Amino acid sequence: MIPAIVVFIYLAVVLYIGIFAFRKAASKKQAEDYFLASRSLGPFVFLFSLFGTNMTAFAILGSSGHAFANGIVTFGLMASSSGLVIPLTIFLVGTRVWALGKKYGFMTPVQMFRDRWECNHIGTVIFVVQAVLLVPYVIIGIMGGGTTLNAVSGGWVPYWFGGAIVALVVMGYVFFGGMRGTAWVNTFQTLLFLLFGTIAIVVIGVGMGGFGNAAQAIANSPALAPLLTRERISPYYFFSYTFIPLSAIAFPHILIFCLTAEKMAHFKKTVIFYPLCILAIWLPCVFLGVMANRVADVPEIRAKQEARRVLATQGKTMTPEQRDELRDKAAGDDVILHLLKRYAPLWLAGLLGAGIMAAVMASDSQILALSTMFTEDVFAHYGGKARFGETVQVQTGRIFVVILTLFAYAVALRAPETIFELAIQYAFSGFAALSPLLIAALFWKGSTKWGALASTLWVAAAVVAVAVFQQVVPAPAPGPPIVYWSIGGSEIISRTPGGTAVWGFMPVVPMVIISALLMFVVSKLTRKPSQKTVSKYFDFLRA
Amino acid sequence: MPVQNISSTPQFKFNDSQTMTKKLLVVVVAILYILHQDIWFWRTARLSIPSLGIDWMPFGFMPIGLFYQACFSVAAAFVMWLLVKYAWPSHLEREVEQSPAKEDRTS
Repeated sequence: MIPAIVVFIYLAVVLYIGIFAFRKAASKKQAEDYFLASRSLGPFVFLFSLFGTNMTAFAILGSSGHAFANGIVTFGLMASSSGLVIPLTIFLVGTRVWALGKKYGFMTPVQMFRDRWECNHIGTVIFVVQAVLLVPYVIIGIMGGGTTLNAVSGGWVPYWFGGAIVALVVMGYVFFGGMRGTAWVNTFQTLLFLLFGTIAIVVIGVGMGGFGNAAQAIANSPALAPLLTRERISPYYFFSYTFIPLSAIAFPHILIFCLTAEKMAHFKKTVIFYPLCILAIWLPCVFLGVMANRVADVPEIRAKQEARRVLATQGKTMTPEQRDELRDKAAGDDVILHLLKRYAPLWLAGLLGAGIMAAVMASDSQILALSTMFTEDVFAHYGGKARFGETVQVQTGRIFVVILTLFAYAVALRAPETIFELAIQYAFSGFAALSPLLIAALFWKGSTKWGALASTLWVAAAVVAVAVFQQVVPAPAPGPPIVYWSIGGSEIISRTPGGTAVWGFMPVVPMVIISALLMFVVSKLTRKPSQKTVSKYFDFLRA
Repeated sequence: MPVQNISSTPQFKFNDSQTMTKKLLVVVVAILYILHQDIWFWRTARLSIPSLGIDWMPFGFMPIGLFYQACFSVAAAFVMWLLVKYAWPSHLEREVEQSPAKEDRTS
């Protein structure tokens, strides 16, 4: 009960921040102020809110869950690779998009693509693909909110009510505060998580009798010792994962966020400190996930380990449905919550629950980005702004926020969470494979709208193909993959326990490479934009 | 909205020293990317070099592979600092500050 009350107080604070941002708005009627905070964010807010935007429920709860099952490899797979690739793309792409936005007034990536490649409906195709890939995040955010509130309150707050509260709070501060409110809330949330995450690791470490003993016990257990190494993961898979962080800069909410900085110099701290922020958040989450395997007196964690053991030893004789059921039972996304419940005092569990809620509620940026994209790329582009004016455009954006949140809540109540978890996995690969569009637009004079269309259609087709393949071919039991297609003894496509492999790599590798090749080949074969447009960009961007 | 005359955009060129620095930084980033694939710590939780009598687990509890990747993150931050220090596209900010109010999107 006490943790739930702390979380409710936290939610009230977050809502107030959004309303305070509304009062502080320079103009409540200007689209640029609502959607981009008048491009006025300072370096501190820019760093922490950009980082907070990337720090989703998947990143926090998913990382400890992944580490619980797979060991320390999780950090190298998802965190340190992101610590290199994401700031690098912010440095190369984010700064240039910021400059173009400041100079030409762009508010969405599609606006820039339409102008850069002199296209109209192709921009709409890119909008649709981006939007479809982004919506699952909003839904999973609300699901995560419902699940977390339910867990933190010990079941006192039912899932449907927790999800409704989170949906209302997020909708409230995005509706009122727009980008300014979202950025302030994200900054608050990131600081909260950094602070209480540090306290959590100390408290849990002390509660477990010190990490040294726990690590030694894991190392001495033949079943658990591989969790301290990476022997369960193939180097091909590890390499493939370095392609996934390319998705960050291609996510519309991240790119739109890059437009909010007041000065380009504000990117400097973000670029330098981003790897350290990732280290500060992910290292404790991954480490705690691994150490949870040594906790013997938490029945929920023991049940997960038992499900994992049964899956490994008897999985081959089970039906796909039975294996899926066991995978759900073995999933460790809530191990941190169980560790908190076991080792943290009630008041601290509440504060830490609030910190986790902060991460779970990162769907605010996606909601705002979808609203910005709809009002700019569709409403304004097809004449709505010219006919009805800017005030109506902002009102449309706010109405869109309400409709989208209600839709996401309705879906979250009915659909199983695993579907959207899978959709997010596909979305990461999809956005990573859309990154060649940005690189080509900003760094290659010869790129054309037809190259962009070919890449975009390929990405859409590839995401659907992988999703259908994984739906049709059930995941095998832990062990060697099922080879689905091979040529001359060479394995082309395999179904692995965790997904799909193409020549041993994750699908994201061929998706990105083919997307880049299509952009190159089709652009070479088709007519370039006018010299005036090319000069407009490259006389400015050259470097 | 006013459209700036494209030809009025001041030309900016890097000298040889700056170009060399940028090439060096590209090499540094590539090396860092390769260093991420630390196959040398793949199957061990400790740094073990029996010939030197070394058998070490950082802080007594952190597997060496995790410690390495944490150090990698610190190295990534250092390389980002090098990029910001020596390859910052400051000309973009200068031009944005010098240019008039937002220009027309249409070419």
